[in-house]
Amino acid sequence: MLDLQGYGPRLLEGAGVTLSLAVLSLVLSVVLGLVTASAKMSRSVIAHRLATLYTTLIRGVPDLVLMLLLFFGGQIGVNALTDWLDDATGVDIFININEFIAGVVTIGLIFGAYMGETFRGAFMAVDHGQIEAGKAYGMNDRLVFWRIRFPQMMRHALPGLSNNWMVLLKTTALVSVIGLADMVRIASEASKATREPFTFMLVVAVVYLLIASVSELAFARLQKRYSIGYGEMD
Amino acid sequence: MQALLDQLDALLANNSIFTLQTLSFYGDGLVTTVQLVFMSLIIGLILAIPLAIGRSSKNGLIKWPIFLYTYVFRGTPLLVQLYLIYYGVVFVEGIQESWLWPVVKDPFVPALVAFTLNTAAYTTEIFRGAIKATPKGEIEAARAYGMSPALTLRRIVLPSAFRRALPAYGNEVIFMLHASAIASVVTLMDLTGAARFVYARFYAPFDAFLFVAAIYLCLTFSILYLFRFLEKRLLAHLQPMT
Repeated sequence: MLDLQGYGPRLLEGAGVTLSLAVLSLVLSVVLGLVTASAKMSRSVIAHRLATLYTTLIRGVPDLVLMLLLFFGGQIGVNALTDWLDDATGVDIFININEFIAGVVTIGLIFGAYMGETFRGAFMAVDHGQIEAGKAYGMNDRLVFWRIRFPQMMRHALPGLSNNWMVLLKTTALVSVIGLADMVRIASEASKATREPFTFMLVVAVVYLLIASVSELAFARLQKRYSIGYGEMD
Repeated sequence: MQALLDQLDALLANNSIFTLQTLSFYGDGLVTTVQLVFMSLIIGLILAIPLAIGRSSKNGLIKWPIFLYTYVFRGTPLLVQLYLIYYGVVFVEGIQESWLWPVVKDPFVPALVAFTLNTAAYTTEIFRGAIKATPKGEIEAARAYGMSPALTLRRIVLPSAFRRALPAYGNEVIFMLHASAIASVVTLMDLTGAARFVYARFYAPFDAFLFVAAIYLCLTFSILYLFRFLEKRLLAHLQPMT
């Protein structure tokens, strides 16, 4: 039947890399998205402009180009920074950019822009009366955010969030180009070594489909949870 | 033209990276990218229309295979699909002796096939959604006029479905433009391929990639404004009255 010619354990490791990369970038992108959304809704003109510049630039350029720019350019940038530090303070350190961290930062940065748009729309969909009611109860801004705005925002953001997650998951395949040993990278090495591309690429495709299908189910459950007391209306 | 080139040359004289030669790499890359994206979008669109109609059919034998196709192509990374086709085609029995070999040896063709199949899958789902959203009354009215199902499809369902699909299809076009950067991975000299070449030659990541990012940004905005214009024209009846 399926003969992975000894590449099975490495493929499994690669799947682990893909999954942890995806989850960590998701966390980063959600944090960045929340920051971007609040910057876009803030009264500060500078914050608004900066956030708009960020989302426009990121969404106008291919993921792969951004990834190459940040990965290859990032190392030069970090080196320049440490050189400057050496000249200025005499502290001599060397930071080597690790592919995994570069991958997480790049993907997080890219999807932060998409999440920002999703969250902004969702925050605006929360009824203003809810926030006023929270204030009337004497809640401060932080409490209003965590108890009222965030949970209600999530209800509107979930479809967009799940969509972004699906795209993000597939974007992780690109890190194989900058040399990270994810599932795609190992499968392409194995394909070249064994001359059996169909076997390995199909296995990788099935694993991606599996992750996508499981997360679809998970998001459906989350959606149900966040829609409590809301779905009956229509 | 020659005067213009001379002027450009003088402008670039103090620059060691963006010489006329590297700019011509970017120029060729732009042509390859635009060709690849345009061709895959057109062929994908032509494939997607019958597929979307079949996907909306009540017959399970037509509906489910198409669903499987879109599910697989939308659920796996384009890079994996490209690898599968690019590496896979070499190992098809006897292809290296056949007349097809000179055609598929060039990375452009496997890339075009992978991109076409990918965009056709996404476009099929976009159209299916648009077809499904057809108001029931319109179909009933067509039936009351005595139109056959085929005529209803051609005169009533499809024209309004295309319009409804326009905003989502605009996103798909931009998505395809961005996805086309992946073609550089299989040694195709598209825009990103040119940028990677210039980076490798001069070890200047900021110059090479920021320049190409600016080109992509211009292309993205051109597509965006084109679709905004189309939406304004074709969806005028849905705009709020002023």
